Amino acid sequence: MRNAYCTAMVALAAREPYFFLTGDLGFMALEPLEKALGERFINAGVAEQNMVSVAAGMARTGGKAWVYSIAPFCYARPFEQIRNDVCINRLPVRLVGNGGGYAYGPMGATHHALEDYGVLLTLPGMRAYIPAFDADVEPMVRSLNARSEPAYLRLGRSELDDESALPSYAPWRRLQHGEAGLIVAVGPIAGGLWRATHDRPAAERPALWVLSELGGKPSAPPPQALLDALATAPALGLVEEHVAVGGFGQQFLHTLALLGRPVPPLLHAHALGYPSGRYGSQTWHRHECGLDVPTILAQLSERAAAARLCV
Amino acid sequence: MIVGCSVPTENSLDAELSALARTARRRLLRMHFERRIGHLGGNLSALDVMLTLHHRVMGPKDDFILSKGHSAGALYITLWTLGLLGDDELATFHADGTLLAGHPVPGWSERIPVATGSLGHGLPVALGMALARHLSGQPGHVYCLTSDGEWQEGSTWEALIFFAHRKLSNITVFVDLNGLQGFGSTRDVASMDDLGTRLQGFGLPVVHVDGHDHPAIAAAARANPGSLIVLHTVKGKGVSFMENRMEWHYLPLTSEQYAAALRELDDAANTDEGRRGPHVVTA
Repeated sequence: MRNAYCTAMVALAAREPYFFLTGDLGFMALEPLEKALGERFINAGVAEQNMVSVAAGMARTGGKAWVYSIAPFCYARPFEQIRNDVCINRLPVRLVGNGGGYAYGPMGATHHALEDYGVLLTLPGMRAYIPAFDADVEPMVRSLNARSEPAYLRLGRSELDDESALPSYAPWRRLQHGEAGLIVAVGPIAGGLWRATHDRPAAERPALWVLSELGGKPSAPPPQALLDALATAPALGLVEEHVAVGGFGQQFLHTLALLGRPVPPLLHAHALGYPSGRYGSQTWHRHECGLDVPTILAQLSERAAAARLCV
Repeated sequence: MIVGCSVPTENSLDAELSALARTARRRLLRMHFERRIGHLGGNLSALDVMLTLHHRVMGPKDDFILSKGHSAGALYITLWTLGLLGDDELATFHADGTLLAGHPVPGWSERIPVATGSLGHGLPVALGMALARHLSGQPGHVYCLTSDGEWQEGSTWEALIFFAHRKLSNITVFVDLNGLQGFGSTRDVASMDDLGTRLQGFGLPVVHVDGHDHPAIAAAARANPGSLIVLHTVKGKGVSFMENRMEWHYLPLTSEQYAAALRELDDAANTDEGRRGPHVVTA
């Protein structure tokens, strides 16, 4: 998604001026943007706290400021700067974190972002954008650019080589109908779930939804079609590469509770951190957490089957 | 408020600002006493630079960032001297429903561009404002006031590196070097003596000024854009029993202390009036 992001930002630079700050990251990826922006492309060095505060100051003058780094360096190191200088002042700084979840795999735990949007969404005005596909990035850049409040963009790696069959971007999208449960996924893992199930018969594949925007205003409540489908779904799977606390799953269940909607037998597949204390690729970490596609589908089927037995 | 300055010479302007500072000190003490609030020491060390900048240096397109947000009281009093806050608003200081919190909150005054209070934030924000203006060709200078204890925050040094590297000339950064912090002297807690030399080591011009000498502050601010100005100040300046006493970082005034402080300020004012003559009258 980094290349898709760079392309979208170069296109944006042709339309209007803005400031782009990077924490010394973007080698072999952001050079076209550096060329397009000239002196408005600012390598702020390995000093993320300063970078975020500087961006807040730029936004305070009316400029549009984007901040880019590897995800944990973008939200965790400068958290107080995001809280105080960006969000308390309600300034439209756009934070861009590359490598959501376990994307940086064997680089180690310091480079993972397992609680990024959960933490950030506690802050006033903040909206998190989590693209599932490369094609999501360009419309998201437009949306972030138009915002007058803080925002965070969590980049990952699309899991589809061919995205042409997907519906066009929307905060809530139904990727497929299905009868074997209902999954709502956040992030690129939605692509893996779609690839594994889209050519199955309807009775054997789950309905699949993807959510790509969390928090902030205007609110994006679950669409009626999703709520209707939930009423008859034999099981519900909530999937995210993020810890449970503060994640999408908890937020969605809270929404359902407030709406008075019953929850089908539930699977919440989420990041568990480092259960074995060992480290590996993104795929390896997902598997350890039960966040891999086969495990998710198997556990959803188990819940659906158990529900049928109870009936 | 100051009235009666008939000849706007530099000397009379200086006298006017001195009188204004005395009035401001009294009002600052009153505001804190009435609300039983402390944090007076750092307010009294920072008041003179805030008054000087706002009354003698800053133009309509300039901004002031109070990085040492715990001196918010001195900023509110400065706005009061400018007629931008009234007595009724000062009476809400620290009260329920106030806009005049113990540290500046955003959204209600163009003179307070951002919330501050957690140390180590104002300088990089000010740099961002200056850099954006520089790159956009916008006019206006940014003035930022830091405390000396604040330089124990790592983010100030990140910002200093950025400042030195960018060589921005539309910002001036002040350090309120009063030598005392919340629980000791800066020398005893985490010494950075001498701070000016250390700052200079980053390749920025550093100027030293008496932080209670209004003409000197104004001259230094006008003559040294793009530099750091170290203000040699006295914590609790103007009230002898507060001066250079660490406990006045936090303590509120008792009634007896408030009365004694006012007497002292009045005595100093009378002494000054006698020395300067009757051309300045405080209302």
